[in-house]
Amino acid sequence: MTTMVETMDYDEVVERFDPVLGLEVHVELSTATKMFCGCATTFGAEPNTQVCPTCLGLPGSLPVMNGAAVESAIRIGLALNCQIAPWCRFARKNYFYPDMPKNFQTSQYDEPIAFDGWMDLELPDGETVRVGIERAHMEEDTGKSLHVGGATGRIHGASHSLLDYNRAGVPLIEIVTKPIEGVGARAPEVARAYVTALRDLLRALDVSDVRMDQGSLRCDANVSLRERGVSEFGTRTETKNVNSLRSVERAVRYEMTRQAAVLAGGGEVVQETRHFHEADGSTSPGRVKETAEDYRYFPEPDLVPIAPSEEWIERLRGTLPEKPAERRKRIQQDWQLSDLELRDLLNAGAVEVIASTVDAGATPDEARSWWVSYLAQQANTRGVELAELPISPAQVARVIALVNSGELTNSLAKQVVDGVLAGEGDPDDVVAARGLAVVSDDSALNAAVDEALAAQPDVADKIRGGKVQAAGAIVGAVMKATNNQADAKRVRELILERCS
Amino acid sequence: MSDVTRLTAAELAEKIHTRELTAEQVTQAHLDRIGAVDDFVHTFLHVDTEGALAAARAVDAELDEGRAPRSPLAGVPLALKDVLTTDGVPTTCGSRILEGWVPPYDATVTRRLREAGVVILGKTNMDEFAMGSSTENSAFGPTHNPWDHARVPGGSGGGSSASLAAFEAPLAIGTDTGGSIRQPGAVTGTVGVKPTYGGVSRYGLVAFSSSLDQAGPCARTVLDAALLHEVIGGHDPMDSTSIDAPLPPIVEAARRGASADLSGVRVGVVSEFAGEGYQAGVQRSFEAAVDVLRSLGAEVVEVSCPHFVYALPAYYLINPSECSSNLARFDAMRYGLRVGESGDSSAEDVMRATREAGFGAEVKRRIMLGTFALSSGYYDAYYGQAQKVRTLVTRDFDAAFDKADVLVSPTTPTTAFKIGERVDDPMAMYRADLCTVPANLAGNAAISVPSGLSDEDGLPVGLQVMAPALADDRLYRVGAAYEVARDRASGGSLVYRVPELRESGA
Ligand SMILES: [Zn+2]
Repeated sequence: MTTMVETMDYDEVVERFDPVLGLEVHVELSTATKMFCGCATTFGAEPNTQVCPTCLGLPGSLPVMNGAAVESAIRIGLALNCQIAPWCRFARKNYFYPDMPKNFQTSQYDEPIAFDGWMDLELPDGETVRVGIERAHMEEDTGKSLHVGGATGRIHGASHSLLDYNRAGVPLIEIVTKPIEGVGARAPEVARAYVTALRDLLRALDVSDVRMDQGSLRCDANVSLRERGVSEFGTRTETKNVNSLRSVERAVRYEMTRQAAVLAGGGEVVQETRHFHEADGSTSPGRVKETAEDYRYFPEPDLVPIAPSEEWIERLRGTLPEKPAERRKRIQQDWQLSDLELRDLLNAGAVEVIASTVDAGATPDEARSWWVSYLAQQANTRGVELAELPISPAQVARVIALVNSGELTNSLAKQVVDGVLAGEGDPDDVVAARGLAVVSDDSALNAAVDEALAAQPDVADKIRGGKVQAAGAIVGAVMKATNNQADAKRVRELILERCS
Repeated sequence: MSDVTRLTAAELAEKIHTRELTAEQVTQAHLDRIGAVDDFVHTFLHVDTEGALAAARAVDAELDEGRAPRSPLAGVPLALKDVLTTDGVPTTCGSRILEGWVPPYDATVTRRLREAGVVILGKTNMDEFAMGSSTENSAFGPTHNPWDHARVPGGSGGGSSASLAAFEAPLAIGTDTGGSIRQPGAVTGTVGVKPTYGGVSRYGLVAFSSSLDQAGPCARTVLDAALLHEVIGGHDPMDSTSIDAPLPPIVEAARRGASADLSGVRVGVVSEFAGEGYQAGVQRSFEAAVDVLRSLGAEVVEVSCPHFVYALPAYYLINPSECSSNLARFDAMRYGLRVGESGDSSAEDVMRATREAGFGAEVKRRIMLGTFALSSGYYDAYYGQAQKVRTLVTRDFDAAFDKADVLVSPTTPTTAFKIGERVDDPMAMYRADLCTVPANLAGNAAISVPSGLSDEDGLPVGLQVMAPALADDRLYRVGAAYEVARDRASGGSLVYRVPELRESGA
């Protein structure tokens, strides 16, 4: 279906057209409870176990605002250099959909809690771009539909659908940029850099898990083209739920080449929602709506207005993390990095994960060596950013701690990391489940040493004869026999003791 | 009819607490009465015999152990409007779309009643989702007015008020969005109070129009209403719009009012509530009531609230708008009725078919009105304008309360009309709320107290007393004083003049 779509060569696109971007990012807050009820928000729980009358929209139930979510929203607004509304309300966005229990979403409409801000991004070559922030507003997430029996997993063609309301009512912040203009050929790169910088900022604020793979950070990319030199905007498309940083860049780039081909062919870009396809990097039109949606917004009568006091806002301002630029300067000093080393780490997307690993107890060198070598390989193989790997900095710090305490060897540690990446749980769970602890029991090791020496009597003789370097073969055999769970240094000591 | 069912809630409580009667005897007497007359009046949609007797026995056990009563109303039975959720007991809101739904949770009002040891007899009939002024819009058939079987008991809470006049219960809970407690109170000769908005929790009250809905007490005397108000009222963290302040001293005000001295109280007569559309007998009853208030020492002044004439049209934009959104959740996906399911029907098909089959005509009318009023391009002209009127009505009240401590009017322009008389004329039906909607729009408190029988048709008339928000106590003081004077003049409580009802099977 997508192969028939014509695209224009990218160099030609940027020669003839000027792209305008608008990025809408939905962030799930990591509050303990939902936006309007006391239900837990844990990701991955059994379906419909984190629900109550309010988030199920049962008749008679009422919402009560989560103060922690409002606090997060204000901190995000402040970190994005926004104004904080002295008075604002929620509204109801009315439309029917089975995964929305009330058939309206409680959201902010024309009274966002934060508006008119900006964020500076640094591109890989060091150039800085300022992106304007239109608004950041609060809303509740919907439930999830699982469509069973269709070929595509979409509702079309499915025999039935299953509904999970665990996510219904989870607090979301939607952050909308002002139109990003004048970035020309760098538009895809800027889009990616924006989402990356936003993700890092949200992580530093500690308000969200910001996991694109789990949907706690979701990006919709609006793209339009206009002829160079023209000031009014072209017709835009909105590409939904682009689920990785790389995809953000690819989706913007694809839409630019597709729209350029349409325009160059004398056609008109259709204003529509499009879906991004991870496999080939293309987009395709979403469901065509016969009529324009009319959400019939009106102020939510079940909630009272939010009127954050000046003192509260200032107190929250005091809790903001360092600004990214200052933070980098400090990290460079603390970690004793050259400018080039820092830039490499930044471009590898490693600075924040290393910093978080250090915060969780590792030394900068230990953290760095894991993230830029073994974990970088894993990210590369999977085609994701370091931060998108399904292992957290805290988990990496735990692995490092296990190595330092002698409970894991370096090679065992890698197996533990593999286990975490495979979704087997925390490092300690993987150690227990896979039985990966170091064999530190000397009698067990001695037995293995004796066995290896007996199996290779000629080598044993050489060692006894003073050819210490021959011990390597026995060490290898012992390590093999213990599934690499022995400490090789200790094995070597035991072999030499036995042969002396 | 046993004498027990003729007693007031305060009298019953006293007899139960002094062990002259058991709560179980009292409950059984009312269940027997329901069994005898409810086929005739049809005030109940569901009678919870087992639950009521169990609750009564629990109260008896505590009292027999010598423990203090859980509340001044412990052991007294009550009829609950079927719009408040009851854990384990069906809640239909008078609608097919909720037929068979058993909520998994109690409304805050329900919970407070249970905690106070009030015995919930069952759930009362109502206009579907509280939309109506006659209880004819119930999907389960109309309720009949105990004063005249051919007439409506008012609405939407006709079941609750009629159950009091039929002596099936001494207390009831209603909800009032535009008059649904007060207007049924007026036309059944009983007392009904719409508390200050936010004074009684809405948690578990199935929403019709969230910014207007308010649950409140219904009783045969002002003191009984006050006792009930204190049980159900007060701040609830589950309702964000609930007022976080102590209730005013309501019962104290009712007791003080019983001394029938209103010297120093300024009573404002709203001049807009008279004239065309007001039944002459209602008007005369109202004027006589004002004379009584004056005779009790009140200073009567005339006040003008010029924007009250716009209150009804504004109300009929705001309530359908909120209703269209609140009732969207009834879509067959999670609970309630589900029709139109076949092999190839989509979720949308099932939603459409269920809503078509499950909602009655009046509910559909309001959903359509509200959907239209909120549509982009019309929002400002309708919903937006109505909100402006709401502000103006509130200002009218503020100005009037500068001149008067309470305002008075007839509760509703006519006495009970005949069943079927207004079903094809929604505008005539809506006019029943003419005098009651301003208090809902402004969120202040109001009571309807029986003011006698209309001289032309012998049917009950109500006197409405309105007080500023948070000053619910004034309603009770003035209402109780008026009640004492009226009973003194007419030789006893009006409600005992209700005709003997036809009993079935007895
Ligand atoms: Zn919940």
